[in-house]
Amino acid sequence: MKQLTVISGKGGTGKTTITAAFASLAENAVIADCDVDAADMHLILKPEILDTFEFTGLKVAEIDQSLCIKCGICRDACRFDSISSEIMIDPYECEGCGVCEYVCPEGAIRMVERKAGEAYSSTTRFGPMAHARLGIGEEASGKLVTLVRYNAKKLAERYGKEIIIIDGPPGTGCSVIASITGVDMVLVVTEPTLSGIHDLERVVEVAGYFKIPAVVCINKYDINEENSQRIESYCKDKGIEVVGKLPYDDIPTKAMMEEKTVTEYSDGEFSSGVKSLWENVKDGLSEHARKRVGDLPIVHNP
Amino acid sequence: MKIAIASGKGGTGKTTVAVNLALSLEDVQLFDCDVEEPNCHLFFGFDLEKVENVNIAVPVVDKNKCDFCGKCSEFCQYNAIAVLPKKIMVFPALCHGCGGCTLVCPQGAISEENRCIGIIEKNKEDAGNLVFYRGLLNIGEPMASPVIHALQKHIDIKKTAIIDAPPGTACPVIASIGDMDYCILVTESTPFGFHDLKLAVDVVRNLRIPFGVIINRSDIGDKKVEQYCIEEGIPVLMKIANDRNIARLYSEGIPFVSKMPEWKEIFVQMFEMIRSVINEEVKV
Repeated sequence: MKQLTVISGKGGTGKTTITAAFASLAENAVIADCDVDAADMHLILKPEILDTFEFTGLKVAEIDQSLCIKCGICRDACRFDSISSEIMIDPYECEGCGVCEYVCPEGAIRMVERKAGEAYSSTTRFGPMAHARLGIGEEASGKLVTLVRYNAKKLAERYGKEIIIIDGPPGTGCSVIASITGVDMVLVVTEPTLSGIHDLERVVEVAGYFKIPAVVCINKYDINEENSQRIESYCKDKGIEVVGKLPYDDIPTKAMMEEKTVTEYSDGEFSSGVKSLWENVKDGLSEHARKRVGDLPIVHNP
Repeated sequence: MKIAIASGKGGTGKTTVAVNLALSLEDVQLFDCDVEEPNCHLFFGFDLEKVENVNIAVPVVDKNKCDFCGKCSEFCQYNAIAVLPKKIMVFPALCHGCGGCTLVCPQGAISEENRCIGIIEKNKEDAGNLVFYRGLLNIGEPMASPVIHALQKHIDIKKTAIIDAPPGTACPVIASIGDMDYCILVTESTPFGFHDLKLAVDVVRNLRIPFGVIINRSDIGDKKVEQYCIEEGIPVLMKIANDRNIARLYSEGIPFVSKMPEWKEIFVQMFEMIRSVINEEVKV
């Protein structure tokens, strides 16, 4: 089974547009939406939910006010400033460590489970899909990403699919790391703006840190061709292949308004660009997956 | 007065609004709290200098004292310590720095050391009326919130502070906007923008922060965001049309108010309106 994650560093460069199009082009794939705190893929793929899984993240402290003597020992011990001077827990700041429960001399604090979101296994017009919804302001987005990826793997096994295509979140932190660890390749979608370039460089470093091969797609390449050239020479220096360049176009917005993927919506320049991007990504994925297998000790030489 | 710029969906124009608003006002501080991918500095010419490291206190085990009882590992909610019959292992990258293991160890075998997960920087040269700080999370580090908290310690509450928040609705967003007097949500009127705006509205309502909406690229997509704002009684603070000139300036790292000075007045008016809302809140 091969796994690809689409990331970008910077938000709004076109990850979901491109991943949704891949869903409609791939013949043998499971789609996983791992941008769990602002998931949008379902707006295009319209999944029918087969199974729902409750997700409990980290626990949260609860104070029994009838037992609390307001001594403040918990407040002093809390490293996350999540207990107010009135000795009330701020559930958004609480990281569920349990130190307050441990130090409370009155046994007034206990750690309780909290529902932090839901994960779903679904079916779409293009095949199976794993996705989720994180509760507002929840902590454990990385853990929920891991659950979505687990569900995607199960779906791939159940339906005999060979590729998992993961729509990743923006940024470089916990949910990005959880989205890319152990995949065969990442596709970084960037744009020729100074912000796009800056964020591309950081997210390529993150992929390198976890030893994951990366390829790059420049979206809206024609809004600043000089910057696009900068991206190409940066990639050349780093030995990263630029596998696609897509023009600035209103097709993605128009397709989104009709809840379609770009390739379903039109056959124009943008869509043909996405199609050749997918072919290149598929080739790269096979190559990197082969290399990965090549790293393993060879037991049987055919 | 502390004003955050947030969005739900990425790439809607948070940084554009934060930078241009800061440049339209006098005597203002700007904090880039998108510590995973900070971009504000790209729009100013100045160099940055390091102010401090952001550290997390992670456990160090004295192997002579440890008797492998496993209490630390049992207590740790983050799986950052594993204890085997004759071995103990610490995984610093998973540690949140709560200090629980040091408290529960019956042998007093655990002490703590600082591990750097990011840095705080500020503008090196004088930048006129602007004070700029940003946080930067180290590559490969998962936890952005401690860097954001450290960054916000530099807010001077006597001045206006503008906070550029990260995208999404998870913990780094709460860390960035939780303590604000007002929140500006930047969106675009597309299905993705609209969907993520509703999530962001849930966040600010839960946190009880007064807020308004800026519709960026307001002439693409449809009118659903505006209709929604009217129905929900949410003020639309500003609309910015889809202007290839603005997009081009953005791509070059040029704040558009510096080339289109007529916008400064629009930002100032929005700021005055926000200030009056905050003052009303204080009275209530």
